[in-house]
Parts: sequence; structure tokens; C-alpha cells
Amino acid sequence: MALLEVDDLSVTFARRGQRTVNAVDGVSFSVDAGEVVGLVGESGCGKSVTSLAIMGLLPKQPGLRVGGKAVFDGTDLLQLDDRSRRDIRGRDIAMIFQDPLSSLNPVIPIGLQVTEVLARHRGMKGEAAAKEAAALLDRVGIPDPKRRLKEYPHQLSGGMRQRALIAMAVACQPRLLIADEPTTALDVTIQAQILELLKELVRDSGTALVMITHDLGVVAGMCDTINVLYAGRVVETARRRPLFREPRHPYTVGLLGSVPRLDAGRGERLIPIPGSVRDVLPWPDGCAFAPRCARRIDECVGEPPELVLAHDGRSYRCVNPAPVPGSVPPAAKLGPDAPAAPADPATAPADRATAPAAPADSATAPADPATAPTQVPAPREEESA
Amino acid sequence: MSDSDILVEVRDLKVHFPIRRGVLFDRTVGHVKAVDGVDLSIPRGKTYGLVGESGCGKSTLGRALLQLTPPTDGEVSFDGVELTKLAPGKLRSMRRRMQMIFQDPMSSLDPRQNVESILTEGLQTHGIGADRNERRKIIGETLDAVGLPRWALSRYPHEFSGGQRQRIGIARAVVLGPELIVADEPVSALDVSIQAQVVNLLDELQDSLGLTYLVIAHDLAVVRHISDTVGVMYLGALVEEAPSDRLYTEPLHPYTRALMSAVPVPDPDVEDRRERILLAGDLPSPANPPSGCRFHTRCPWAQPTRCADERPALRDIGGSRVACHWAEQIASGELRPHKVSVQIVRPEGEGETPGVVSAPSEPGSYV
Amino acid sequence: MTITTGKKREKIDRLGELAAVRDDEQGVSLWREAFRRLRRNPAAIAGAVILALFLLVAIVGPFFAPHPADAQLWKGEVRLGDFPGPRAENWFGTDHIGRDEFSRMIVGARQTLLVGVISTLIGLAVGSFIGGVAGAAAGLGGRWGRSLDNVLMRFVDMLLAMPSLLLAISIAAILGAGLTTVMIAVGVVSVPVFARLLRGSMIAQANSDYVLAATSLGVKKPKIALTHVVPNSLAPVIVQATLTLATAIIEAAALSFLGLGNNDASIPEWGVMLADAQQYLDTAPRLAILPALAIIITALGFTLLGEAMREALDPKLRK
Repeated sequence: MALLEVDDLSVTFARRGQRTVNAVDGVSFSVDAGEVVGLVGESGCGKSVTSLAIMGLLPKQPGLRVGGKAVFDGTDLLQLDDRSRRDIRGRDIAMIFQDPLSSLNPVIPIGLQVTEVLARHRGMKGEAAAKEAAALLDRVGIPDPKRRLKEYPHQLSGGMRQRALIAMAVACQPRLLIADEPTTALDVTIQAQILELLKELVRDSGTALVMITHDLGVVAGMCDTINVLYAGRVVETARRRPLFREPRHPYTVGLLGSVPRLDAGRGERLIPIPGSVRDVLPWPDGCAFAPRCARRIDECVGEPPELVLAHDGRSYRCVNPAPVPGSVPPAAKLGPDAPAAPADPATAPADRATAPAAPADSATAPADPATAPTQVPAPREEESA
Repeated sequence: MSDSDILVEVRDLKVHFPIRRGVLFDRTVGHVKAVDGVDLSIPRGKTYGLVGESGCGKSTLGRALLQLTPPTDGEVSFDGVELTKLAPGKLRSMRRRMQMIFQDPMSSLDPRQNVESILTEGLQTHGIGADRNERRKIIGETLDAVGLPRWALSRYPHEFSGGQRQRIGIARAVVLGPELIVADEPVSALDVSIQAQVVNLLDELQDSLGLTYLVIAHDLAVVRHISDTVGVMYLGALVEEAPSDRLYTEPLHPYTRALMSAVPVPDPDVEDRRERILLAGDLPSPANPPSGCRFHTRCPWAQPTRCADERPALRDIGGSRVACHWAEQIASGELRPHKVSVQIVRPEGEGETPGVVSAPSEPGSYV
Repeated sequence: MTITTGKKREKIDRLGELAAVRDDEQGVSLWREAFRRLRRNPAAIAGAVILALFLLVAIVGPFFAPHPADAQLWKGEVRLGDFPGPRAENWFGTDHIGRDEFSRMIVGARQTLLVGVISTLIGLAVGSFIGGVAGAAAGLGGRWGRSLDNVLMRFVDMLLAMPSLLLAISIAAILGAGLTTVMIAVGVVSVPVFARLLRGSMIAQANSDYVLAATSLGVKKPKIALTHVVPNSLAPVIVQATLTLATAIIEAAALSFLGLGNNDASIPEWGVMLADAQQYLDTAPRLAILPALAIIITALGFTLLGEAMREALDPKLRK
């Protein structure tokens, strides 16, 4: 059974005089013990609100409604009262935020902030707690940890602060760690350090990790399973290799096509997604991505697309998914350049084995090359620059 | 390449910001050497990409090049004209030929101006277009070029999405018909799906208008994508400069290698195969840079001789310019990387107790 | 391409409408948008209604007052410790020398408004001038500008250090007690507030990217200051002016209460009425309560509107 099972989670903010905002609109995903799961999406897709809702950290305000379920180890987190939720938070589930400076208390030394967590959840006191705190800082790679304990957050650099925050998060050996854009505020070389640290922690302690990010590169290197979010809903779920190799949802395809790659040549054209994240269709009226979608057909509008389950735990929410690259030559150029990249000979056969199975599993995929091109509509004429 | 093809030439450019302390009387207690001796030249019609991490001085360099931040020392020649010694009036009229695109499209547009007024301001300043109708025509053509609808004219920045706002910012720069555009992090504030739109637009404009770009970004992938030549900056100085493909295939400076290996690529195969060169610790403070080679405190290839006491100059190695004493030996594999112990780096205004942290006034460098 | 059914077509069309905006639609400026938000705020409506009533009374009141404000018509009925109370001909009763309290309240509104507005205008004008010059000098003027800014702001600090009462008393010592004294004193006290606010706001704007953008377009500095920096710095000043009106009215009343204000008995003013009423608090508390209430309600009106404006103009609250 999954460690965390989020089912049809929805978060709406209703404010008087303003339109109700569906920040999260039926998100479902699951995290197995020890697994690294990615939630990927652009700003406003609801990835951060999802994590805050699971943690019960959404600001209490009138008009806020949280629906659905988030079952962690048999208990629905959304039904818990504040007290028992606080107990779980920090002990069983911990969270790391984007901005380490604002997540640390500026007027309390780092050491005290770490020992506080130890005292609250592990009942450690005095000398023992201080020793454990130093050990934790050492473990996350902070040099000279004993001295650092007495220092204040502003005396540390951004990377060191994020390490301190991670130390606090792993202080109680939580079974689930939620990292919300943990490296977005950091430089690339520091990001690499932090990602390496997170990987190490997951490998050594068996903690499950939910990685929330907008950066496809980050998930490519870390996550076992990836959920792509759009407009408050998961539109595609897949293991990491299939997702990057054969993205099925046009949004995933678009995302991969619009990221410049370090290993691509100068001047290689990017394939952007037209329009902006503002151009959404409300889910009940059809696919939210339809207004920007290059593969839109009539069936996209009218009712929300059903979740299509494919093999290997893969699923996507699309009535006209991108064909598996290679099987349909004319449409293949719609796909990202990812599959065109030099494939590792060692892993390629394994992927080829799964490729032919995909069209058979998904009924809507154009299996026959002859009919496929007719089903591909012309991209919309509006704003395609 | 003949000299006439060079549009911009920067020689030994320095920008030092004084660190001032004191309640009543300002006392200069030191300098932040944001840019400390940079030489570069940009050929007409080409794109020069500048990468580096926050605090390396890349934004300051871009502003100093346009004389928006007065350089402390050095020369900037634009199409043969020495900008640093130009009289204020002459410099203002030169500005028509060199424009800037900013990182944050919201904060770089005056919220109380509508698009027409934003685009007219520059035209009026430089007396382009005889009357309103002619200006409207120029503006209309610019809107088409950047992919904005005509109804945008009467609207205000807050009514647009991030990508469209960046198009307005680009239109403001392009409407004057400049030759050089300095783009400071043009896409880093935008959503992933929008970044590609803007990158493509910049490419198209370069083709159609023959623009010369200086693109400043922290994202190596973006810079490599749009640049012909890439310069890598570390603590106020260039450490390597090479044609963008060559930089990728054959990085020579240890810092470039580390930077390159740190950029995540959206491809699991590449990610799994890659060998990460993890740098120890953080960027040292530009107020107190290390002696000798500035990278030696974090360099996995640092040698006991020369690195700590002799500042390496940029030198030509097979088409690249590299500032490393040992570049050849590292490239040939003669020198092997070793472990580096972390040196703690304090944020600006270091101190043992919390107090007032006075950050140096380097606008926009904390990207 | 598959044939589109009618209903689907309709939906797709609607989708297009959602994205497209009609050409004739005009853009909404920040001021207009702020005004729209203001209209939706109940506190702003309440404040505006109170102020509208107050304004109406202040402007036309004196013409409709049932009795002359300074005529001691019921002097004969006044006895020590017993003045005529509210009745048909004197709605609020009479004061200690037999004048109609209701008429005095109505006529007094104009004086009160005048004191509030003029003293705020004094503060606003002088403060904005100092702050504007200092802000422009500090933000755009370079080294020389920073020195000018330093001199101006130390002067403002001096003003700030002076207690308002002491200031008023010293001004009264020079000019003598009177309405002018009160207005100048209250105005001068609010100078530092406006000066610092405008300066701070201008320096923040001067460091913004769009000012840099204008510089890079080649626009001259004075023009940048006038077309970009000042308009974007005004919002907090306008809000502050509205809020200052409330405190100015209260402060003016306090100064009048202490006897520094209007000593011309023929022109009633709420602060003076309050001061006069203090001797009769035990016998005729209404003489104190009524002007006090009027002052409080008016001040409340300005505060409500000011706070609502602050909210409406706050860029952080905008989506």
C-alpha cells in the first residue's frame, strides 16, 4: 500500500466580490515508501497549494475549502484536528520550502531551532539535543557544526541555510519529506549540492520524497515517478524514463519542447506552447489545456477528459494524446527533441521493449500510421509567436 | 575578423562600489569589486552570452557597458565611440542605438503608463517620427514585430500576462531601432512554456533587424541556446570565453566544467550518466575576493603553486580564452581533481552577532 | 478533419471569446482600477457618506441654520446651572449664554472643515515640496544630491522633534491666539510626515527598473522625476493626506480647547464649543457630548475613507 495516497484533492478560495479560485481541482497521486515523486508544473498549476493542503499549512481564512482525501499511512490527514496534525508534522512528514531565509526564525540561533524540533518530537534535552543537532548539521554538510549552532540565519549563505532547513526536516527521520522548490532560489552550483544531498538522504534513510518543482531537469535526475500538473489537475503520470522519452499529454510534450537544452546546438528552434497559463478552460467545460493545445480536437471541449490508464502505472488525461515517437512519422515532429538525443545504448533496448506496447494500451492513440495524420488538427491560428 | 565588424569593445572595465558605514558621516570602509577588469568584444549582428552565478557582476557589467552604472575605470567603445568619456547630452542621443531588456517585465514597466505612452516616450525623446500619426505607424509595426495585438496600445502593464509584458519591454527597446540590445535575464522571470516564446522572438528579431545582443543570464542552457560566443564570469572577471558549441564540448576552465556539470538536463539518460563536479562551499564575497586565482578556494584542481598568489590572465588556447594557469594540464588529464574542504562564506556584512546588515548598493545583482 | 457538431462548435467559439478581447475596450489605468475597488469597499462607502453629509452641512448649513449662531436669543431663560434643554425651537437646547446649540453646531461645521483642510494643505504643500526635492535629489542627483537631501532631512528631523503643543504655543506667542495660529501649528506638525513619506516613496521608485529603463531610453532626469517618479510616489501621500485631515480636525479642536484657537465668539467652532462646555459638564453634558461626537464622526469618516484608499491603492493587494 502506498505511504501517501492523495485522492481528488481540491482547494478553492472564495472571496467576496471576486471569482472563486480553484487552486487545486482534483489532484490525485500516490507516493510509495522510499519513492521519489515529482510534482511538476508552472506557476499557478497548484503544485505548492497541494503540498500546503496535505500539510495543513494553508492559511485559515473564510472561503477556503479543502476537499478530497490525503491518506498517510492509513489516516486521512485532511480529517485530523490541528493537534494531531502538528504531531505528524515534523515527526512523520517534514517539509522544505523554497526560501530558506523566511522559513527560519531570524532572531533565534540555528542550534536552538534544530534542538526545538528534537525536543518536541524526540523528547531530547540539553547536552544530548545539542550533540544530536551538531551531528545533524554535520550530516547535511555544514562545516564546523558546533560553531554554526550558535549562529543566526542571516550569518549563513543561502545554500547553508537550505542545508540547515534540511537538517531540521530530517531531524526526526520522517517517512515523507516534501520539498517545495527547494533549489529555485539558489545558484546552479549550489543547487547541484543540495540535490545531491537530498538524493543521499533519500538513499540512506529510505525516506520518501515529494519534489515540487517547475524544472524538468531537476526531476529528470531525481524522481522515480513524475506527475505533471496543469491548472490544478494532474494531466500525466509516468515513471521518469517513459515520461521524457514518450510524453503522451500535449502539455508535457510542449514543456519538453520549450526548454532549451544544454546539450542542444546553437540556434536549434524551440517549440513554444502558444498563449499563456491564463488561457485556461475551466475543467468542467473540457480540457483546461485545450485553448493552448496544438492537438486539440472537438472532443477536447464539452466535458473533462477521462484519465487514460496505460501500462506500467502510466496515465494521462487526454483524448488525443501525442503518439509514441517513432511509430507515427508525420506526427513525430510534434514531439520534443528529447528522443532524438543520443540514447544510451545500455538503456535503449529496455525502452524499445516498452514502446510498442503503448499504442495497444491506449485506445485513442492512432495506432495506424495511415490514419494518424488526418487526426492531427492544424495548430490554432491565434497567438502562435 | 576585421575591426570594423566589432560593434562593442570593452577594455579593462572596472566597477567598484564603495561600502559606506556611519550614521552622520559616510565613511568608505571598502569596495565591492563587482566588475574587476573585464575585456570583451561583440561583433556586429552576433550574440554574446554572459553567464555566471548571482553576485558575479554580470548584471553590473551589462549596466556599466550601457553607462547606466558609471564605470570606475576602463573603456567601452561602441561603434568606435568611447562612451565613458562622452558628454551627458551626447551619451543620451547615443542611447537610441543601444537598448536594454530587463528581467522582471512588471517592475521595468511604469504601472501608470499605457503601452502607447511607454512606446512613445523613447520616440519623443529622440525626435523620431514627425507627428503622432507617423509615430503610431512606427509603433504599430513594432507591435506586429513582437507579436502584440493593436488593442494593447490603450492598455496598462498590469492587464497583461508575464510573457506579454516581456514583449512590451522588448517593443520598448526595439521601437527606437537600436543596434545593440543588452538583455539582462530576459526569460528567468517567466514560466517555462513562455520562455521559449520569448527566446524565439529574440532570435527572430535578430534575424530581421540585424541586432547585436549581449544576453546576461544565470541559465547556461538559455545562454548557450541563443549565443554565438559565451563568456563565463566568476567574481567580477571572465574566467573563460569561447564559441558556444566549443564551450559545451570542451570546457577548459574548472569553473566552467563545474557549472556545466551542475545544470540539470531534462533527460534521464543524460542525468544518470553525468559525472557531477560538485563545488565545495559558496561564492566568496566580492568585497573580499580570494588572492591569486579567485576560484582557487573552491577549485578541485587547485595546485599549491601559482593558484593562490598569481592572478591568471585570459589566454588563448585553441580558440577559447581561459584564465587558468593549468588549463592544458587539466584538459589532457595530467592533473586530477581532488577534494576541497569547505570554507564558510558569510553573506555581505559579516558579523558574529546579528546587527544591521548593510548590503552594498548593487541594484539587481541578487538574481 | 472531423465534422463539428453544432453544440461543440458553440463551445469552441465561446472559448475563443474568452481569450480574445474586443478592440474597442479601453485599458484600465491604476487610478481607475483603484477607484473601482474603492467603490466595492463598504468602509469606503460609509466614510464617503459621512464626509458628504459633513461637506453638505459645512457648505449650505449656515444658510439653513434656524437661528443666528451668535445671537443670545434665550439669555433670559439661562440660570446658573440650568440652561434650556432640547425643545421644539432649540433642538439641541441652548448654551450657557442662551445661543441656539443646533445652529452653532451647523455653522461650526464650516469652521472645523476649514481648519482641517487648510492645515492639512499647509502640511501637504510644504511637506511635499521638501520631500519631493529631497527625494529627487537623493534618488537621481548623485553625490551633490545626497548632500542636499541630508540637509533637508535633518531640518525635517528638527521639526519632528518639536512637540506640537509647544510649537502651537510658540506660534501663538508670535501671532496671538486665533484660527490662523491653529492652522499653521497643525499644518507645521504634519510637514515631517509628508516630507518623509514622499521622499521615501520617491527614493524607492527612483531605484526601480522602469526608471532605469527610462534612463536607458535617454530621457532627461528632471523629466523622469516628473513623469515617472512623482506620479508613482503619490498614492501613499494621498492616503496620508486623508488620514491627516482626521487628526488635523482633532488636533485643531484640542488647541482650541486649550484656548489657543478662535477667540471670536461670533464664529462657532466645535473645538471652542467643547472648551466652553467643560464648565457645565455636570449640568449640561450635551454641550460637550454633541461637538465631541461631531468631531469623532467626522474624523472617523476621513479615517474610513483613508484606510479604504490605502487598501485600494496598495499594489500588493492587486491581482
